[in-house]
Amino acid sequence: MTGRVVLVTGAARGQGRSHSVRFGERGDSVIALDLCADLPLVPYEQSTRDDLDETVALIEAAGGSALGIVADVRDADAMASAVARGTEAFGPIQVVCANAGVIQLKPANEITPQDWSAVIDVNLTGTWNTISAVLPGMTAAGQGGCLVITGSVAALKGTPGMAHYAASKCALVGLTRTLATELGPLNIRVNCVAPTMVDTEMLHWPDAYALFRPDLDSPDRDDVIPVFAAGHPLGVPWVDPVDVTEVVEWLASDEARYVTGTVIPVDAGALIA
Amino acid sequence: MSGDHSGELAGRVALVTGAARGQGRAISVLLAARGAAVIAVDLCAEIGSTEYHGATQADLDETASQIRAAGSMACTAVADVRDLPTLQGVVSQACAELGGLDIVVANAGIAGGVPIEHMSASTWQEMVDVNLTGAWNTVKASVPILFDRGTGTGNPIAGTIVLTSSANGGLKAPPNLSHYSAAKHGVVGLMRSLANELGPRGIRVNTIHPTAVATDMLLNDATYRLFRPDLEQPGIADVVDLFSGFHSLRTPWIEPIDVAYAVAFLVSDRARYLTGVSLAVDAGLSAR
Repeated sequence: MTGRVVLVTGAARGQGRSHSVRFGERGDSVIALDLCADLPLVPYEQSTRDDLDETVALIEAAGGSALGIVADVRDADAMASAVARGTEAFGPIQVVCANAGVIQLKPANEITPQDWSAVIDVNLTGTWNTISAVLPGMTAAGQGGCLVITGSVAALKGTPGMAHYAASKCALVGLTRTLATELGPLNIRVNCVAPTMVDTEMLHWPDAYALFRPDLDSPDRDDVIPVFAAGHPLGVPWVDPVDVTEVVEWLASDEARYVTGTVIPVDAGALIA
Repeated sequence: MSGDHSGELAGRVALVTGAARGQGRAISVLLAARGAAVIAVDLCAEIGSTEYHGATQADLDETASQIRAAGSMACTAVADVRDLPTLQGVVSQACAELGGLDIVVANAGIAGGVPIEHMSASTWQEMVDVNLTGAWNTVKASVPILFDRGTGTGNPIAGTIVLTSSANGGLKAPPNLSHYSAAKHGVVGLMRSLANELGPRGIRVNTIHPTAVATDMLLNDATYRLFRPDLEQPGIADVVDLFSGFHSLRTPWIEPIDVAYAVAFLVSDRARYLTGVSLAVDAGLSAR
């Protein structure tokens, strides 16, 4: 199936860009949405309008149609407007990648109420706002649909230093299962991908390296490779965005017409290690 | 339609057990369509404790001709997955003929529903022997040959194994399936340990968990009688609503090809970093 209308949040770079470009290659119309602004409590640089424009250019170069929208997934009204704009441009949305997310690394006893909200509001409420904005049009169109939620292996396996992140991602598992059950009769499938570390800007920043290499003064990318690799039976330090994209693309295809309510780790074995 | 994946398994050799019909045939033919040579193994005989007929040599021959029609080489063997020495013999010989082994799909299995007070020890034992020990035997016979393949072509993955579990038996556990659920949960433990053990050797191991699949194993008189004891001679039409009720998506069962698509994805390089994964193809059954 090609020529679908796809909404991707967090589309300016990383996994969201990778998914967006793949849908573009398939001839789909992609609504590429991102905040394109820094968040005060998120300790690494966020994407920019230039990043989002680059995603749009890459989708179009791949053969798809694209509409870049700057919007904050935490803002339900803004998401409703964004979906209305996208639908006006391309028609009813059939596939959603609720992918926008942030991380902050802190010991539990240092997480402030503001930190908690900074993570929960984007990862959990932002995902809900995205889906909530899409569902009225998706159900009215009556053609079914496919929602893919970006979770994390951190939702499924205890990982120190990210209590709020893990809680937000685990909540998405509950959302996935409930929505799959509730929306199945409408032929709307809902699944969750649960990546391990992915080679994106969210992974590579100095304090993240420091958390995993407390033995070193100013660890760099090379210093974390053996530590990350040790957590993966397949021996790789991280996966690439495209590895998540492959699962997303498969879930959104007709081959997965009876796959719903699943959580699929893309984790080089981290979960069972 | 989905993306074009024809040829993505070119040069690979796949072993599929329970290949004479049903899921095994669909998997064999799809892997062949995507370029893999297929070793199709089946018992081709009746199994004592099941209430449906086993596959036949004619079924296995039909699988082989469909593999060839899909453009790939086929090698068939009649073997019992409970018989390790025989399985090792036929797998070694077929791999020598086809030039190695890359993909293993331990799919052979049986099913049946029996309340524990009526279940004989031999019914329990046969279930565990076929569905659990048979999967272990299949891996045991294959792993030395997968090790031989190694990594040499830039592909980081030396081999990939998919074990067939079940949504009902391996994720849920409904009544009257104590033997089946024990065996299919056992398959998950087998998969997880092997994923940890073989990951460093470049071998991925995953399970698939289908819901009810439209095959002879499900769609037979014994099933209809089990689910509709209120009727004298229940047929397929009498269980459609009941089976649909298990699922969030509106379907009573899925087709063998739906399982084959999941397997074909898992064994492809598109899933190069998926290992230790239990992939449900169950129309939402296990999310409830």
